[in-house]
Amino acid sequence: MKGDLTTTKNIKRKQGSVGRQVVRRLLKNKRAMTGIIILLIVILGSIFAPLLTSYGYAEQIPRDYFQFPSKNHLLGTDNFGRDIWSRVLYGGRYTLFIAFTVTFFAALIGTLVGIVAGYFRRLDSVLMRITDIFMGLPQMMFGVSVVAALGPNMRNMMIALTISAIPEFARIVRAQVLTVKDQEFIEAARSIGASDLRIIRHHILPNVSAPIIVQFTLCSVNTILMSASLSFVGMGVQPPAPEWGLMISEGRAYLRDYWHIAILPGVAIMITTLGMNLLGDGLRDALDPRLKQ
Amino acid sequence: MDTHEQPVLEVKDLVVRYYVEGSVVEAVNGISFSLYKGKTLGLIGETGAGKTTTALSLLRLVPDPPGVIESGEILYKGKNVLSLPEKEVRQYRGNDVAMIFQDPMSSLNPVMHVGDQIRESIEIHENVSKYEALDRAKRMLESVEIPSSRYYEYPHQFSGGMKQRVVIAMALACSPQVLIADEPTTALDVTIQAQVLDMMRQLIDEYKMSMLMITHDLGVVAEICDFVAIIYAGEIVESGTIEDIFNNTKHPYTIGLFNSLPDLDSPTSRLNAIPGLMPNPSDLPTGCRFHPRCQHATTLCSTEKPHKEDVSATHTVSCWNYKEIERQ
Amino acid sequence: MEKTLLEVKNLKKYFSTSAGPLHAVDSISFKLRRGTTLGVVGESGCGKSTLGRLILHLLPVTDGQIFYDGEDITNPNRKKLRLLRRNMQMVFQDPYSSLNPRQTVADIIGEPLVIYKVSESKKDLGIRTRDIMEIVGLPSRYETTYPHELDGGRRQRVGLGRAIALNPQLIVCDEPVSALDVSIQAQILNLLQDLQKQLGLTYLFITHDLSVVKHISDEIMVMYLGVMVEKSPTDDLFKWQLHPYTKALLSAIPQAKLGIKKDRILLRGELSSPINPPNACRFAPRCNYAIDMCYRSNPSLEKVLPDHFVACHRVREINEF
Repeated sequence: MKGDLTTTKNIKRKQGSVGRQVVRRLLKNKRAMTGIIILLIVILGSIFAPLLTSYGYAEQIPRDYFQFPSKNHLLGTDNFGRDIWSRVLYGGRYTLFIAFTVTFFAALIGTLVGIVAGYFRRLDSVLMRITDIFMGLPQMMFGVSVVAALGPNMRNMMIALTISAIPEFARIVRAQVLTVKDQEFIEAARSIGASDLRIIRHHILPNVSAPIIVQFTLCSVNTILMSASLSFVGMGVQPPAPEWGLMISEGRAYLRDYWHIAILPGVAIMITTLGMNLLGDGLRDALDPRLKQ
Repeated sequence: MDTHEQPVLEVKDLVVRYYVEGSVVEAVNGISFSLYKGKTLGLIGETGAGKTTTALSLLRLVPDPPGVIESGEILYKGKNVLSLPEKEVRQYRGNDVAMIFQDPMSSLNPVMHVGDQIRESIEIHENVSKYEALDRAKRMLESVEIPSSRYYEYPHQFSGGMKQRVVIAMALACSPQVLIADEPTTALDVTIQAQVLDMMRQLIDEYKMSMLMITHDLGVVAEICDFVAIIYAGEIVESGTIEDIFNNTKHPYTIGLFNSLPDLDSPTSRLNAIPGLMPNPSDLPTGCRFHPRCQHATTLCSTEKPHKEDVSATHTVSCWNYKEIERQ
Repeated sequence: MEKTLLEVKNLKKYFSTSAGPLHAVDSISFKLRRGTTLGVVGESGCGKSTLGRLILHLLPVTDGQIFYDGEDITNPNRKKLRLLRRNMQMVFQDPYSSLNPRQTVADIIGEPLVIYKVSESKKDLGIRTRDIMEIVGLPSRYETTYPHELDGGRRQRVGLGRAIALNPQLIVCDEPVSALDVSIQAQILNLLQDLQKQLGLTYLFITHDLSVVKHISDEIMVMYLGVMVEKSPTDDLFKWQLHPYTKALLSAIPQAKLGIKKDRILLRGELSSPINPPNACRFAPRCNYAIDMCYRSNPSLEKVLPDHFVACHRVREINEF
């Protein structure tokens, strides 16, 4: 007899694609949900900044210097009379833009390198030695050097940060590609005539995405911190832009008497990175294949 | 054979469930069986039948969470293992009851000398000096036909069959009364399997151990077991002596298993496959668990679970229609 | 007599290792007739899986030749290879790792059709995919299921569907039922036989399980450490095993019957190393009949009975003729 007599009871409850399962698990994970909510608040806050504040971020109101948080100025003002609440909100745009853009390009290039090294094995040794070198360089030192050479501005800082983030992605992707490559379904794809391009696109990449996603959140966190550090020493975003790290730097001189100027942007950094870390943890758990039934 | 003697290990109405992501997996649903001194019981079942869960329960190794031993008793020489305090259970494991798993590679520590792994098991359970333990470990290696000069080698230096023999040596090092072997030869080549089974049989005779051999291979059972129990969807559907089961098969599932084997002696053009699949343990059918796949099923079978009936003094079966069924 | 579809001459595959060349497949020759099944039997390390992969060009050949339908296909160029792949397919052993966990059943079975642009439209692709699913016994509702939602038997059906999608003539089955439960094995074996009749397929059936191979093969070849030690029609092999290894292999199988007094032939020792093997019979170290000569020269395959080939120096003495 062809086929078999199966009652519908024998089909495992439809689980759906791996993607759908992951999303489902993510939604149940309290940590991840907290992280997502925090990030949403930050993202929405920075997008809708003009609606949430009437002051511009560079707007100086001389009679309002050094005010502590009050009805008029939710988070107070700094030494130039600029409203800190506005600066924090608009600053979010910088932070998120930098984090996302740097991470995105680092992921793109890193994945390409990882695939060339792991799948084609061409230049594997060379590429890995180069990544070793970059990973050995302290990020801060590298960032400062590049920006000093190219000129201190946001764009150059982003270039430096992207370059230093690529090696991690490359390593991770390469490792995962090596694992996936040995699976029988890759051999099967070859035996049905799939070209290398097809194999990479349909068979390797989807199965490599999990570590890339996790690394994405880790890299974003690191980028935020690094960009704050570089801006803090003047090697990144330039005044009067309300980048949070820069705000901390500018508020340094008044730390004893008007601590809110430096501390509040620091709190903003902390909250954002907390959200990202929580999301990253949650994603890692949700993506863990061992938790599959 | 004398079944009136006291069993060494007795399982009574064991029920084990797993609670996973909102659903309940009914892995073991009321199993009872006994192991007698010097005799081997073969537990036959396919994937998902609950054999490994049963084996783990005997050693209280069921991961908790998500697994829970809901009810039942496991009596080792009269004492209920399930109610022993943790300290005594550790003493019991390895010393009174030992287990061999299917994949020797994962039972062996890859960074430890094989000899030391045997010695460790002796040192944990017995109060002997380091030298004596070393000596005994070497002798155990010899008893599984591995030269004791290989004591200091690592697992990766051994072939599959030899690794499994090391695992057997580890299990037998403390002369346990009961050996649980979970598919010990499934991963081995057939000629190596023959060697290992032969060796196991010799050792069991020598140590007068009881063995629970878990397998899906009816051929292995025919070679080495005295009694047989067939497990399906967490329940024992038929049990008896080896003659009962092989020569007087009664349960439709057991008959189906025999019929789906390609026979070396007779030419057949088509195998009699059992249609369908083992049911999902979180969604078991009503009535007799096998009824959706059974060609003899009646309405009664779909609503009422069959009782255990005695075919003979040694042979029991759980089927409403066993009297009408004959194996061709 | 059917025509020869696949012929292999002195096929060799050596892997280079730091300790020397590993002789995975050493001078294998055989002919496979259209519409028949050749069983390749052996235990781990005998090279049977490597042989299958050589034939499908998943591994490059070290030496020797492969002929398909009379044509030399040992080292095809890319274009030729593309054509060949339509004719020769493989069913893999592990139903868990031979399917991409990110593809649905429809994706997997349809992929060969997409690669070779067999369908003009998405609708046509869907129809063909469903047809194939029906042939292998998968109800159409499984189109959108993922491999992890299926059991081993159904996954193998998907693998089979993928293999027949392009209407190949030859299918290499690499241990297709070894990872399955006994009752499911029977279902899949029946399916394989049905498909052979329906679609006129030719099988190279690789397995370590002698009872399975007996059931499905017309001819059987036994391999040991890369070398063919015996080849004969199936029934003959089970009636008279002439090579000492084949005898041991057969006697080692535990039979599901009582009362068989087995004079089990237990082999001594373990497999010898395939790296830089000496010019001797590969089986000699474990053979109960080995004499001096066996350690000094490698026996070649000779025809001992009609259609029955054996590679053993002492084949006539051992079998008393």
